[in-house]
Amino acid sequence: MLELHDGALNVPEILTRWYASESTSNYGAYIPFVGTVRDEDGIEGLSFDVYEPILTSWFDAWSAKVAPLGATLKMAHSRGDVLVHESSYIAAVFSPKRRVALETIEQFVEDFKASAPIWKYDLRGGERLYARERSTAIAGAGLLGSEQ
Amino acid sequence: MVTIEFLGPIGRPILTMEASTLRDVAEALKQDAEMAQWIDSCAVAVNDTLVASLDTLLSDGDKISLLPPVCGG
Repeated sequence: MLELHDGALNVPEILTRWYASESTSNYGAYIPFVGTVRDEDGIEGLSFDVYEPILTSWFDAWSAKVAPLGATLKMAHSRGDVLVHESSYIAAVFSPKRRVALETIEQFVEDFKASAPIWKYDLRGGERLYARERSTAIAGAGLLGSEQ
Repeated sequence: MVTIEFLGPIGRPILTMEASTLRDVAEALKQDAEMAQWIDSCAVAVNDTLVASLDTLLSDGDKISLLPPVCGG
């Protein structure tokens, strides 16, 4: 399950709803990761652009990858502005036993940071500034400038 | 005609052009001074699938997307 929300995430509502949705699925482990906007460098918050078609295919590929392990993934992300101390990202893994969930959440979140088509901006002084220095080029980037 | 969309912070309107391969698109964008800061850091998708070759064939109506460096979370 992939959810996109306008603005900050309602973390208690989402975590509770996901917990309830799998309460009779016989999973022994539910490991969520919640990303919250920190007060640093004078920002008022962050803002996000999301390209949904490729995000969806990326998420579906991950879901298919972990299905043979008996695991289920859920993810929620914000679009638009999220202020300091609000949350913009939740990823969660359900699995029969803890080891798969612990290993999957780390791999999933790391690949999310490197591959998911989401762009982050700092909100500062009424401006929306692309966080280029904190961004990562997607694998295979630079194709159009190459001489292949 | 194919369409080229510039995602996220690139912030340019959709472009349309004649192109039979992705190489044609690359040659056109290399001539565009506004794209100089982006072209070496963007991934490329054709009809929402990431591609890895400039020889990728294009058909009338195809959508090419340029994806600059990402940072979700």
